[in-house]
Amino acid sequence: MSTLFAADEAKRLLDAAIKGDMPDERGRFGPFGGRYVPETLVPAFDRLETGVKEHLHSPAFQAEFQKELREWVGRPTALSFASRLSEAWGAEVWIKREDLAHTGAHKINNAIGQALLAKRLGAKRVIAETGAGQHGVASAAACARVGLSCSVFMGAVDMERQAPNVDRIRRLGAEVIAVETGDKTLRAAIDEALREWVTDPDGIYYLLGSAVGAHPYPYLVRELQSVIGIEARQQMLSQAGGLPDAAFACVGGGSNAIGLFYPLLGDDIELIGVEAGGIGDGLGENAATLATGTPGVLQGSYTIILQNDDGQVQETQSISAGLDYSGVGPEHALLQATGRVKYISARDDEALEALGELCTIEGILTALETSHAFAAARKYAKQNPGKRILIGNSGRGDKDIPTLTKYPAGI
Amino acid sequence: MSAYEKIHAAISTANDSGRTALVPFITAGYPEPKDFIATLKNVASAGDVVELGIPFSDPMADGMTIQRSSFVALQKGVSLKWIFDELDSAQGEIDAPLVMMSYLNPLRAFGFEDLADRALAAGVYGFIVPDLPYEESTELRVVLEAKGLGLIQLVTPATPEDRLKTLCDASRGFVYAVTITGITGGAGLPVDLADYLTKVVSHSTIPVCAGFGIREAKDVAAVGQYVAGAIVGSALVEVLERGEDPKPFLEALIE
Repeated sequence: MSTLFAADEAKRLLDAAIKGDMPDERGRFGPFGGRYVPETLVPAFDRLETGVKEHLHSPAFQAEFQKELREWVGRPTALSFASRLSEAWGAEVWIKREDLAHTGAHKINNAIGQALLAKRLGAKRVIAETGAGQHGVASAAACARVGLSCSVFMGAVDMERQAPNVDRIRRLGAEVIAVETGDKTLRAAIDEALREWVTDPDGIYYLLGSAVGAHPYPYLVRELQSVIGIEARQQMLSQAGGLPDAAFACVGGGSNAIGLFYPLLGDDIELIGVEAGGIGDGLGENAATLATGTPGVLQGSYTIILQNDDGQVQETQSISAGLDYSGVGPEHALLQATGRVKYISARDDEALEALGELCTIEGILTALETSHAFAAARKYAKQNPGKRILIGNSGRGDKDIPTLTKYPAGI
Repeated sequence: MSAYEKIHAAISTANDSGRTALVPFITAGYPEPKDFIATLKNVASAGDVVELGIPFSDPMADGMTIQRSSFVALQKGVSLKWIFDELDSAQGEIDAPLVMMSYLNPLRAFGFEDLADRALAAGVYGFIVPDLPYEESTELRVVLEAKGLGLIQLVTPATPEDRLKTLCDASRGFVYAVTITGITGGAGLPVDLADYLTKVVSHSTIPVCAGFGIREAKDVAAVGQYVAGAIVGSALVEVLERGEDPKPFLEALIE
């Protein structure tokens, strides 16, 4: 993809991204991003953009948001030195523990931030989509916390493989709406949430869970998730005595990855995003969007997507519901095109193996999504002995038990 | 006369004969690709302008009926290229100017220049792109206008007045007034359309056609008091879904 720009153009765009000048006023990350939404939603997006500008970096909002992160989410989350994993891999491995955040994943950072914003913007009702269910749980919890009603759209396929989260969402007082259309996974859930939003653009706040979609969502979600990278950077300096050589995060839509990577863009750190390699390299056998996709418009954004020659979006395959998505956040498309972040993939079996290893030698049951990052980091460690590696542990794996019971424990 | 002015002319001709123009929508190649041209000819004989839906994998502005027809057409191999090939083979046999309704991505994948060339040759004079708001539309608009093709803008009850003016000024072919805040295939029309439709018409120098939720003759009559044309989508696709002849259904709408 580095052939997309001339080298000097790539450098100019990357410098702008590092300086914080992306997205531009049209919501573009270089050529990527923008706002491709139905006319009915244009005024709602204008209001959201105005609201984000007014509140997101205001002292009053930030004070409230930071207080919630500290006292309700449980931040800062720990940075754990993985001594036994380090020994096994021949590396120095550090794990940023988003699994320890309230509700068990990084999703809560964004959910509580947007719920606070929705309240300020006078929303009557919140809707959200979810794939793995973590964003649904986080949204339900955040809405309960701020006192807003919440409906969560979830693909029927995902409801089955992430059953524990469906129950959690309901117990937290939110409604779960089964999506039987399209591919019945995350992409269909986003389409259905957009259709719902169109029915009441004034009263509904759409709490989008990843750094995808139309402007200002990729920006808003990045800003709310950047706490991961900001904390991890400080913790590496104080606990490890220096920055890592390489940092890994899994990428579906890419919210935890952008949260970890964005504050590290200006540092001399190799940044590696890991997509779902599914069961193979063929179209439809994986969700390795950046590795195998092409530019196109999906769900509001010009980005890299998995599509056929006719521009029809392709279905994906992955063992992990949270990575099972045909698109990716537009900022990742830019970071790949400029060469700043490398995007690779790990297959289902590699992710399962990494999950087993982490369980048995570090005592951490990580999410299937996150396991992809561990699988790739392990490979890297074997090829580059002695490196200091940071891994974003985006969530815990309790929700994956229905899937994991189909595979033997351990490795 | 430019291509999009032929759309104006077809709507005006209907109005001049004392009735509301009828704009039927069908999903191209639905229910059977082999019947596409026959269905189109049949529908065009009862309509003034025909809106041809290009199937897409993620029809986010559409309700269940059009989603279903879109998925079926895709499963049966319908693509934009196939649609143009079919239209070329029916040259001169279709009684009404065509407009295409497509989400942006299939048009991008086809290439805007090729799209404009093939559209003009096939009698497609306008495009409705539901996920392409005015602010993102320059690239496509420039290519279409160079060939005299129209990019039809949608306006909705949620559109603020200053934006309404911008959209009406930019629209070519007709202005598509969405009657409801919602997706296609709604149960019916909202009760009070007078203020909204009158306002849209006051801003437009070209015909305004109303769509979404128009299912029967009284709906056509209701919007026909204010605007030049009525667009009938989901209700017509349901007729096709049931395997019925669309012509009597369409004729009954304007009786």
